[in-house]
Amino acid sequence: MSEFCGHCGERLDARDHTVCAVHLVMEPPRFCEDCHRRMKVQVTPTGWVAECVEHGTLTG
Amino acid sequence: MTDILQRATTKVLDNGEGLSFDELVEVLQLPDEQIPALLELAHAVRMKHCGPEVEVEGIISLKTGGCPEDCHFCSQSGQFSSPVRSVWLDIPQLVKAAEETAATGATEFCIVAAVRGPDERLMSQVRDGIKAIQEAVDINVACSLGMLTQEQVDDLASMGVHRYNHNLEAARSYFTNVVTTHTWEERWETCEMVREAGMELCCGGLVGMGESLEQRAELAAQLAELAPHEVPLNFLNPRPGTPFGDLPIMDSQDALRTIAAFRLAMPRTILRYAGGRELTLGDLGTRDGLLGGINAVIVGNYLTTLGRAADADIELLADLKMPIKELAKTL
Repeated sequence: MSEFCGHCGERLDARDHTVCAVHLVMEPPRFCEDCHRRMKVQVTPTGWVAECVEHGTLTG
Repeated sequence: MTDILQRATTKVLDNGEGLSFDELVEVLQLPDEQIPALLELAHAVRMKHCGPEVEVEGIISLKTGGCPEDCHFCSQSGQFSSPVRSVWLDIPQLVKAAEETAATGATEFCIVAAVRGPDERLMSQVRDGIKAIQEAVDINVACSLGMLTQEQVDDLASMGVHRYNHNLEAARSYFTNVVTTHTWEERWETCEMVREAGMELCCGGLVGMGESLEQRAELAAQLAELAPHEVPLNFLNPRPGTPFGDLPIMDSQDALRTIAAFRLAMPRTILRYAGGRELTLGDLGTRDGLLGGINAVIVGNYLTTLGRAADADIELLADLKMPIKELAKTL
């Protein structure tokens, strides 16, 4: 279960993240949803890869 | 038809001359009900002076984030509290991105780095990357690596860089509101060196950064004076943590007026949709712009944000009966 917002990095239960969800349609996540760390994100013309040093890699 | 549209028809469509600064201001002040006629004229200018083909390009960030400059629109500046972290792309990933770009039908692949200007490490990475791409993919390679020395310009030309991007970003009179760590004149100097070295010059800017209509016209007029081969037109996508992060998204009708004005300033240039169009114009506005002066697109994602799926743009071009420019015609 995710604890943090991938867009703003704040706790999901801290406030409403509807706007963040809209942003995430056109942006890759910048924060790890498990630990709040800023991820290393590489965007390519056809996708993206986001890497958390602790929790591994997400792709989209 | 309004007076300015009649004059633009004669001057730009019939005679192939760009509008002056004063005339561009008049265009940008046209009321909303005149926008269809304005776009129709800009499209006619594009079709007459450039033809129906559309140039398709993909872009990739070779070095993301950690930039020492303070461009207020950019999430890659190390001076702001942006969530974008510094990342380098390796050569196999770069080649893979070039292959994926070519598979969309694109003829241009632009390698971008978030730097003031390239150091020896970056030049070496670019040299190796271009060589690997040229061995694997049939695509023109462009670069955008910031401000260059004459030696670096010559090096890039000798590597086979087809086109070099360096935007003016904003009108000269507004530039210090956007960037304080280097000058507009420094940007202009790099652009002139690139062109003199025989590379194609790609130079555009952003609109929607709080500039006035006059400053929008000024940017178009200054670009027309520079006469780049290509002009990428970006619409501000306000990025969290940047000084422009809270600016409103540009009005779509203003964006369409700006597209047409840029076409009427530069009847023969490649005018490319770049960042922010999805947010500012949406699907319908994107179509309107392609029928209002635009004749090139960046397909797929941008450097740190996502774009429309490449397939969606390719289908749109097919719907509009606008053929994709072939590689042989761009060489």
